[in-house]
Amino acid sequence: MPDVSTQDKDIEHVIRVENLVTHFGDREILHNVNINVRKGEVMVIMGGSGSGKTTLLRHMLGLHQASSGSIYMLGQDITQLSKKQMYEMRRNMGVAFQGGALFSSMTVAENIQLPLYEHTSLDDMTIKIMTRMKLEVVNLAGFEDLMPSELSGGMIKRVALARSIIMDPRLLFFDEPSAGLDPVVSAELDELILRLRDAMGMTIVIVTHELDSAFRIADRITVLDQGQILITGSVEDVKNCDNERVQNLLNRKPKDEDIDPEAYLQRLTREG
Amino acid sequence: MEIKKRNEAGHSIISLIGEVDLHYSPRAREEILNTLKDKQNVLIDLSDVSYIDSSGIASLVEGYQLSKKAGQSFGLLNISNAAMQVLKLARLDSVFPIYSNIDEIQN
Repeated sequence: MPDVSTQDKDIEHVIRVENLVTHFGDREILHNVNINVRKGEVMVIMGGSGSGKTTLLRHMLGLHQASSGSIYMLGQDITQLSKKQMYEMRRNMGVAFQGGALFSSMTVAENIQLPLYEHTSLDDMTIKIMTRMKLEVVNLAGFEDLMPSELSGGMIKRVALARSIIMDPRLLFFDEPSAGLDPVVSAELDELILRLRDAMGMTIVIVTHELDSAFRIADRITVLDQGQILITGSVEDVKNCDNERVQNLLNRKPKDEDIDPEAYLQRLTREG
Repeated sequence: MEIKKRNEAGHSIISLIGEVDLHYSPRAREEILNTLKDKQNVLIDLSDVSYIDSSGIASLVEGYQLSKKAGQSFGLLNISNAAMQVLKLARLDSVFPIYSNIDEIQN
């Protein structure tokens, strides 16, 4: 698992994934994955469909049980935490899922405020001002009373982002923030992510297959393919990597898989 | 977070020191609102703020709005770089009266 980043023994790692292996049924999805994420950096996890990148993200969020390995968040191995401890840990974590995951029966404001009512005892006025501030930050001022069904795809993503940062978390996770957005909105979102890193000192992990976006915002990139890490390094490291699978991803070249005729025939004709 | 208060140039100056986060911002809010209730002009000294989150900024916003309604003076003094970054992120750097030192108010 090559990490070509410069030596970083003295750098504080707020996320450490060590020897992570996971299965869905009998199938191994992640093979001995190791990643360190430094405090205050934007780490982009890239890979094609089925590479395991979303599965890795869900492990970092404590949503999947690992077969083996450790995942340290802010110094604690979350694979060993109790439900109550994980609940506390999540106060430090903001997440924006790919589809937004907004509650359709709640207004924009109610969706955004939910973590504050869940995790804090702040007064209503403070919560109201915080909500409106976050809507300003994501360029949705005045949309607080709308329902999710009244929003466009880009607006839903921005509401999800506002909700993910309402607690000003130390760790922020995004699943495909730019997917389905037009280039202008996508660039705005990238800019916002960088402002959050700089202003709030957030550590941000982004899963994406959008190359332009990844190169714009990443401090470092990890490339995953078939559940394995091909490289972790700077944008330049990744661009200059001579691994064929990395270059295929960067050049959007489809995989040329050698077909085993006998195995292929077996797959097509097996019983059941 | 630590809070210190002093009176200078006709203002009650509230210094917020350290990290103003979800845990401590209710204390900062209470101090600001109580000082405004006492009909004093208020300056918030942010020179020693190492971190301020949205809940802390929300307390400043609420204080400023209340001061305007009551006709009292309210401003931010000596804003640390960390606090200024957050104010800029929320586009509030052009909303508050901001002073780099106490002489600016007197002038």
